[in-house]
Amino acid sequence: MINKEPVIKVKNMVKKFGTFVANDNLNFEVYKGEIFGFIGANGAGKTTAIRILCGLSTPTSGEMNVAGYDIYHQTEKIKKNIGYMSQKFSLYEDLTIAENIRFFGGVYGMKITERKARTEEMLERLDLMAFKNRKIGDLPLGWKQKLAFSIAILHNPKIVFLDEPTGGVDPITRRQFWNLIYEAVQKGITVFVTTHYMDEAEYCDRVSIMSEGQIVALDTPENLKKQYNAKNMDEVFLKIAR
Amino acid sequence: MLPIIFVMPLVQMLILVFAATNELKQVDLAIVDNDHSASSRNMIHEISGNPFFKVITGLNNSQEAEDLLMRNKVNLALVIPKEFDKELTTVKKTEVQVLVDAINGNAAQLSLAYLSNVIGAYSQKVLIKPIKPEFRQTKAIEIKSTYWFNPELNYKFYMAPGILVVLITVVGMLLGGMNLVREKELGTIEQINVTPIKKWQFIAGKLLPFLFIGLFDLAFGLLVAKLAFNIPIRGSLVLLFSLAAVYLILVLSWGLFISTISDTQQQATFVSFFSLIVFILMSGLFTPVESMPQWAQNLDYINPLFYFVKIMRSVLIKGSNFIDILNEFVALSAFAISMFSLAIFRYRKTS
Amino acid sequence: MKRFLAFLRKEFLHIFRDPRTLVILFGIPIAQLLLFGFVLTNEVRNVKIAVVDHSRDYLSIRLTQQLVSSGFFQVAATPTSESEYEGLFRSGKVKEIVIFETNFARHLVNENKADIQLIADASEPNTAQLVVNYTTAITNNFVKTEFIKEQKQPGINIKARMLFNENMLDSYNFIPGLIAVILMLISAMMTAITITREKESGTMEILLASPLKPIQIILGKVTPYMILSVINALVVLLIGYFIFNVPIIGSLALLLAEILLFIFLALSLGILISTFATNQVTALAISGFVLMLPSILLSGFIFPVKNMPAPLEFISNFIPPRWFIEINRTVMLKGGGLAEVWPNTLILLGMSALFIAISIRKFKIRLQ
Repeated sequence: MINKEPVIKVKNMVKKFGTFVANDNLNFEVYKGEIFGFIGANGAGKTTAIRILCGLSTPTSGEMNVAGYDIYHQTEKIKKNIGYMSQKFSLYEDLTIAENIRFFGGVYGMKITERKARTEEMLERLDLMAFKNRKIGDLPLGWKQKLAFSIAILHNPKIVFLDEPTGGVDPITRRQFWNLIYEAVQKGITVFVTTHYMDEAEYCDRVSIMSEGQIVALDTPENLKKQYNAKNMDEVFLKIAR
Repeated sequence: MLPIIFVMPLVQMLILVFAATNELKQVDLAIVDNDHSASSRNMIHEISGNPFFKVITGLNNSQEAEDLLMRNKVNLALVIPKEFDKELTTVKKTEVQVLVDAINGNAAQLSLAYLSNVIGAYSQKVLIKPIKPEFRQTKAIEIKSTYWFNPELNYKFYMAPGILVVLITVVGMLLGGMNLVREKELGTIEQINVTPIKKWQFIAGKLLPFLFIGLFDLAFGLLVAKLAFNIPIRGSLVLLFSLAAVYLILVLSWGLFISTISDTQQQATFVSFFSLIVFILMSGLFTPVESMPQWAQNLDYINPLFYFVKIMRSVLIKGSNFIDILNEFVALSAFAISMFSLAIFRYRKTS
Repeated sequence: MKRFLAFLRKEFLHIFRDPRTLVILFGIPIAQLLLFGFVLTNEVRNVKIAVVDHSRDYLSIRLTQQLVSSGFFQVAATPTSESEYEGLFRSGKVKEIVIFETNFARHLVNENKADIQLIADASEPNTAQLVVNYTTAITNNFVKTEFIKEQKQPGINIKARMLFNENMLDSYNFIPGLIAVILMLISAMMTAITITREKESGTMEILLASPLKPIQIILGKVTPYMILSVINALVVLLIGYFIFNVPIIGSLALLLAEILLFIFLALSLGILISTFATNQVTALAISGFVLMLPSILLSGFIFPVKNMPAPLEFISNFIPPRWFIEINRTVMLKGGGLAEVWPNTLILLGMSALFIAISIRKFKIRLQ
């Protein structure tokens, strides 16, 4: 369910590394409850942008507002209201599922009762209750991914940022992962996801295509396909990237 | 990789050899003169003239000297008593007090011995020599000592060969061994395991490049040592390098063996690092082996560095030949063969 | 605060899960204590010598017996010709050759003077000097006791007082230094490794994106190692005191305060190193070469700083353990107080401040 109220507002975002411009004047808004995709080739500037929005990097210039807070002066408040899943899946390999959950729950200041309830809920949903005390390092990649996502939204953040979350797994696992995303959206969580899998672009409500630091297209997948006379997002991307 | 091969020998040779020395450069000596006589001044003059001592005078009492010792400003203090001159001229014998900072026992002994020699020489000059030998009352055994192979007691001649051993051991054990684990970690080793290559061919193939690098580094290090310290090369270089080759096979096999029992580079580096430190310290590189307790000396029988440090020093500084170091050669060869076999045995292409 | 505790808990879990870390934390200090305490020493013991006795009279034989019964020497060879000498040295069979002249006793008794020649293997110069010194001392002592009635002993005699370490025990020399080396290892190296491990696995980003403040992350990483360092330092002090009889003459409170200061310095150094390394292997390499080697060799731990050539002596001024070891020795063994060690303390404080300042700056730049 999409509400037209913006949870992320980005105006004239610029990020330079020396003379290299990684993000060149980006302008966009993300609405509450939508799945917003950031598509582009490797090196287009997606990860740089997402890092800035998470407060991991300071922008060179521009105005940004995440979850209602200003990115320059209210970074700490932003961090309390977002979740983040990185490319490397971000769980501690030598700790068990339970220990990882306990740790992140603690870091996000969850009350013990709330954390325990959410933990049960999550493990049931993922069918991993039996493996609660297994070390992350011993689990297959697909499970790690789903766990990482679930832990990222454990504390019910307003927005969850996913940086290339589905690398290296089979299509079925990817489909299951996206089911989890849909469920999160049902609960009112906004999802900001970067990916270079064009088929995943179809799953998003709106998609922004980045190329060489700039946004070259921003619309729903249907509109983009019509606009570029393409059968799927793959074609759209190829036509734009040329 | 390349910079390591060149930088490591240079750094080790230049810094380690210069730093690791028990040779006293100079001793800070405080002298308290309670006598202020011609005799005491003469003796102080004699001592100050010796370049080995950096003398601090003008102290009023032994308390001030002790204070300097306490504050680490001097390591040695000489206190000349009030009756120094009087006793020398009347009874011909007197006593002076020497305070020694004995925390480093080795340095303490050496500096005390040196000071004793200087004072003894002065004493001889002033008291005994003037008396004709027939009138001398006391008995003395005159000791003439000569130092062979290294008459100037140059500590670098002692350390450089040892550090060269450390150098090629690091190259062999760490670099050579690391290689295999890296492949395991990266996964490229699977590619090799599916080929028909035999185990021993694979191991030998891993070994050979580092064998040459090791020998090259030895040559390079030796050159640096020769240029920087002018260490003697008295024995046969052919003998030295042949033995080095055997030694390298030993440590390379050792490193490879550690790789076969490790899963990650860290684990391997760790185990190698740890065992290396223990072996280096026990090898006689810094402290003599025969001063160690019996159990430690027994342990040294399986310490490859123990043998090779001995060989290096003997061949380079003393000019030992093959017969002289036969025992060490036999031990090293036996060791190398067993280690090599062990590495091959332990390496499995199918897990 | 709750967040911080959750983080701290995780850090302790990591430590006890990783066998390697446990080995470094406990295995290495124990190994070093054993090695330095029981194995490594410059003292002369069991030295094999050769005796060439051209006289074979009652005095030369008695003196030889003295040498052996001292416990320092063992007669391993009695060569019959000079041509054998070199071979004995080259094969390492003996380290010294003692040669008595002919008619030794007769010369000594009638002419008041006899000669002994010593040839020492100076490929080990330190041992050679000590061996010659010991031989000389035993010989002089022999003369004194044999001819006690006739000795008038003119000359300037030296009465030596060994201060701070009467029995010249090796342990007095190395225990203060060992504390420094171990603390460097644990506090600096381990801290560097644990922070880079977080970076390497990507979890650092997650932490930074969470409500945990950067200072909490650093403190959380550092606290376990601080606690373990303090424990280790105390253990070394206790073992030093009870097993190796190393006293603590000065103020214990001052000593502990200085130890805490050094731990703080080492931790900040570890943090600094982690800002330079992107993965654990680099952190290990930097710590290994930049920290450990200089700490052991250039700090005065084993080899006195004063013995080093001027350039190295100069470099040693920049090596933190050098100042700390001096403090330890002064307080523990000499009974010195703040009045004696305040310059060193100030230097350590300055270095810590510097490391922290650079780390903070690098961290800010990283965010850019």
